[in-house]
Amino acid sequence: MSPNLTYVIVVGVLVAAGVTLLLERSLTRVLMGVILLGNGANLLLLTGGRAGGAPIVGSTPQEEMSDPLPQAMILTAIVITLGMTAFLLALAYRSWHLNGHDEVQDDVEDRRIMDLAERDEGPGDADAGTGDDDDDDTDTNSDRSLAASTDAGRAG
Amino acid sequence: MLVLVAVHALTAVIAPALVRLWGRQALYLVALVPGATLAWALTHTATVRSGEPVTETVTWVPQLGLELALRMGTLSWLMVVLVGGVGALVLAYSARYFRSDDPGLGRFAAVFLAFAGAMLGLVVSDDLLLLYVFWELTTVFSYLLIGYDPAKRASRRAAMQALLVTTLGGLAMLAGFVMLGQHAGSYRWSEVAENLPGGGYLAAALVLILLGALSKSAIFPFSFWLPGAMAAPTPVSAYLHAAAMVKAGIFLVALMGPAVAEATPWRPVLLVTGLITMFFGGWSALRQVDLKLLLAYGTVSQLGLLMVVLGAGTRDTALAGVAMVLAHALFKATLFLTVGVIDHATGTRDLRELSGVGRRAPALAVVAGLAAASMAGLPPMAGFVAKEAAVEALLHGGTADLVVLAGVILGSVLTVAYTLRYLWGAFADKPDTPATTVRPVSWSFLAPAAVLALAGVAVGLLAPAVDRLLAPYADLYRSAEPGYHLALWHGLTPALGLSVLAVAGGAGLFHLMRRERVRATLRLPFDGAAVYKKCIALTDRLAVELTGKTQRGSLPFYLGVILVVLVVLPGGTLLAGSPWPQRFHLWDTPLQGVAGAVVVIAAVMAARALRRLTAMILVGVAGYGIALMFILHGAPDLALTQFLVETVTIVMFVLVLRRLPVKFSERPIRSSRRGRIAIGVAVGAVTAGMAYVATGARQAIPISVGFPDEAVSYGGGKNVVNVTLVDIRAWDTMGEIAVLVVAATGVASLIFRRARDLDRRGDIPGGGRAESTRPRWLTTGATARAQSVILQVVTRLLFHAILLFSIYLLFSGHNAPGGGFAAGLVAGLALAVRYLAGGRTELNGAAPVDAGVVLGAGLFVAVGTGVAALLLGGEFLQSAMLDFYVPVLGKVHFVTSAFFDVGVYLIVVGLVLDILRSLGAEMDRQHETEDVEVREKELV
Repeated sequence: MSPNLTYVIVVGVLVAAGVTLLLERSLTRVLMGVILLGNGANLLLLTGGRAGGAPIVGSTPQEEMSDPLPQAMILTAIVITLGMTAFLLALAYRSWHLNGHDEVQDDVEDRRIMDLAERDEGPGDADAGTGDDDDDDTDTNSDRSLAASTDAGRAG
Repeated sequence: MLVLVAVHALTAVIAPALVRLWGRQALYLVALVPGATLAWALTHTATVRSGEPVTETVTWVPQLGLELALRMGTLSWLMVVLVGGVGALVLAYSARYFRSDDPGLGRFAAVFLAFAGAMLGLVVSDDLLLLYVFWELTTVFSYLLIGYDPAKRASRRAAMQALLVTTLGGLAMLAGFVMLGQHAGSYRWSEVAENLPGGGYLAAALVLILLGALSKSAIFPFSFWLPGAMAAPTPVSAYLHAAAMVKAGIFLVALMGPAVAEATPWRPVLLVTGLITMFFGGWSALRQVDLKLLLAYGTVSQLGLLMVVLGAGTRDTALAGVAMVLAHALFKATLFLTVGVIDHATGTRDLRELSGVGRRAPALAVVAGLAAASMAGLPPMAGFVAKEAAVEALLHGGTADLVVLAGVILGSVLTVAYTLRYLWGAFADKPDTPATTVRPVSWSFLAPAAVLALAGVAVGLLAPAVDRLLAPYADLYRSAEPGYHLALWHGLTPALGLSVLAVAGGAGLFHLMRRERVRATLRLPFDGAAVYKKCIALTDRLAVELTGKTQRGSLPFYLGVILVVLVVLPGGTLLAGSPWPQRFHLWDTPLQGVAGAVVVIAAVMAARALRRLTAMILVGVAGYGIALMFILHGAPDLALTQFLVETVTIVMFVLVLRRLPVKFSERPIRSSRRGRIAIGVAVGAVTAGMAYVATGARQAIPISVGFPDEAVSYGGGKNVVNVTLVDIRAWDTMGEIAVLVVAATGVASLIFRRARDLDRRGDIPGGGRAESTRPRWLTTGATARAQSVILQVVTRLLFHAILLFSIYLLFSGHNAPGGGFAAGLVAGLALAVRYLAGGRTELNGAAPVDAGVVLGAGLFVAVGTGVAALLLGGEFLQSAMLDFYVPVLGKVHFVTSAFFDVGVYLIVVGLVLDILRSLGAEMDRQHETEDVEVREKELV
């Protein structure tokens, strides 16, 4: 099968634009990236099948028909993208409603671990040395440090 | 045997219920299970005495060569007797030790029994892999037993330590087993023993297996976990750390000894580590003030001695070894139980606080005294008989044995000393300590310990009978000379002299330590506990560093890594080796080029746009461009769906974007912008390359060439794509509509803050509320001022026509472009138009149903179609064709898969309705309420 250069170029550009947007922080931009990427992927699937007349028996002779299989796959993919778009939009709105922006935040728990790594500490160092203490009062300390790193996560 | 293990497991499952029913008394009932084990073992005494093993085999996983091969020889018989007998007695003791309202009692009963079952399985396994499974089960159950009180940090830590150490050893042991099993071609020990490898291979396997045995039995350098495990309740200590779990390592050494004793490095490893453990444990026991810890270190010491004696590997030492296993289980379990009694009766285990307990609880003192005498090796106790045998056996060995003998004697001196310390500490009158108050001890609490202590006496007195029972094991070692026999009295032998010496030395040492207050601590060259601590800390640090480096918690970072890998690996492969197709064509029709150019320009501009609305419109343009390309490709269904989806998408965006700021925020900072673009371009180039190469490389005839014929003959439709969706690949579609339902549910749950808001369908906001003065750029909400009456009326007029058209699309879709997806979208758009024209009241008027109901009905119809086909004898989702005549309509050709398409239709309509309700109506309502709240605040 000989490649259709127009498809190849359009696929490349859609993916490039989609990925660039996908790496953004703003959830709305990420979502637009997803849509563009989805369109690129659909077109990529389409290049796998032959072009031709509509795959409707009776209206097109069978040997001139376009390949129906990729079309069936793409059709469901299009509708699923719709569902996903709705979900991400709702997510962006919710994020804006709660935080005043729609940015993808860094994970707070991961940031805590990064802080530990920078301080060259282990996870258990905070409560080491308490020995055979039977109560877990050190937990309040870790809560406090969690709160501190949460703030850091927002500011950073 | 298998039945017994199963009974343990089953009883463990129902044990918590029994405890809830009868409180601690239920433990007596539960004790019957290990009791039955003991009884079963005793009925096989005659067989075992004749040296015949009892065997039982059930195939388990034939592919792995794994079978439930059980085999009870003399050694296993002894272990079964101990596991069952001590288990039953300890459970009976627990029925008095715990209080009925103890919250963990049900779990204790269950885990204890499960542990006993696992231990039973361990000692009767012939298959090494099975043995390993039971081995690890005992580890897990002991973890749960040591961590009996999860609220205590010490108890959690000790449980974790025991788990880690023994599991690590167990893994090493498994590797050793596999090495032996692969060489022998069987995992049955009875066969492996006949077929051992040699040289370095065997040595490596043995070292690995010994790692497992030594760690399980708390031998140096793994001794440290056992004293920590004393955080467990006393019955657990008595069972696990006297009779059962720690004996698993001893059992393994005893089991393998006859076959591998001559191989390096079996003997040296066992002798050296055993002797070190014996000294370290004995000396540490002398320094304890907690009676339970004293016994724990004593156990460590005794386990070392057992390893030495069994590791010496001759016929006579083997006999002495198993006798010692028996004696040790009896006296150590008794001693632990008495400590528990003292703890309960006085409220302390600290020997500095106890005084005069012996006078106040004489029966307890007698029981403890009997067991202690056995531990110290005094006649006529079992301990004496066993130690005599060991000393005698070592006396007749070579130089190495004599060195070992010297060590054993020294160990005995320590044993006598700490035995005295125990008796003195627990029962003696101490002049400078006030007498302890002792609550009366019920006979039922003391009875189990008394039975065990008396059993120790009985074994000593009946030494010749015990000898006949245990000799078949010792005889596995081939020996030229006639062997030693266990007996109480051998005459005035050197061994007896050495025994007297050990007792005298021990008594001397005890008095010396009391009087002189010797404070020297024995420091080992390196401490297992310190190494363990370092390893754990190091692992923690490594995990933190590694996680900190790789898990940065940043979504763009993760995506970037994934995409860079995509560029480097498949992209590199693409550059390096693929045959690039020479033949290509620019386009099928020049119009494709035009459409493509539109898409390209829109996509690039969308990526650069700074305003949300601009970006949204450009993405929409790209989408419509793609739809155009679908038409030119010869895919009308796709084009139709794409047009509709793009339109619905734009509506959705508009609904949400009206709430969000006009411009994108400025993050991330601009410096990373180039990096993002670079990654984007690279990924785009690689994808384009793959599209080019993959298409060019395509040789095979597509699977879909037969689709048109099948569509007509089996699917009963002319539109091949639609038939593919609802028939040929209906399973895929089923999955996809399920995803749609999930997405719709997700949207609703993100927007609707309260479940009851979902019912808010027909409410009409009061006129006063609607007087919002904020300008809106789209006519939304029920704000009467912003509504266009003409639009509302026109949409109402058009609405039914559009719906009818959608139903036409749905049913004609089988033969012409259309189908459930497209039809559903059309109907959804009709609803959207109504909403846009008249706000949420209008939407509720147009669709007075809950979106969830529509979605559910759709899924029900779709699945129902499949199930109906199944019920009618076909396959799931198989379709049938019906041709019949209906007045007015004429001849009707109906295919059952149309029902499936109706399900799809309903789900798509439900999805769009759900979106309109959530992103439209509910958002309006929330903002109106907020506006009202703001205004009310201002008024106040």
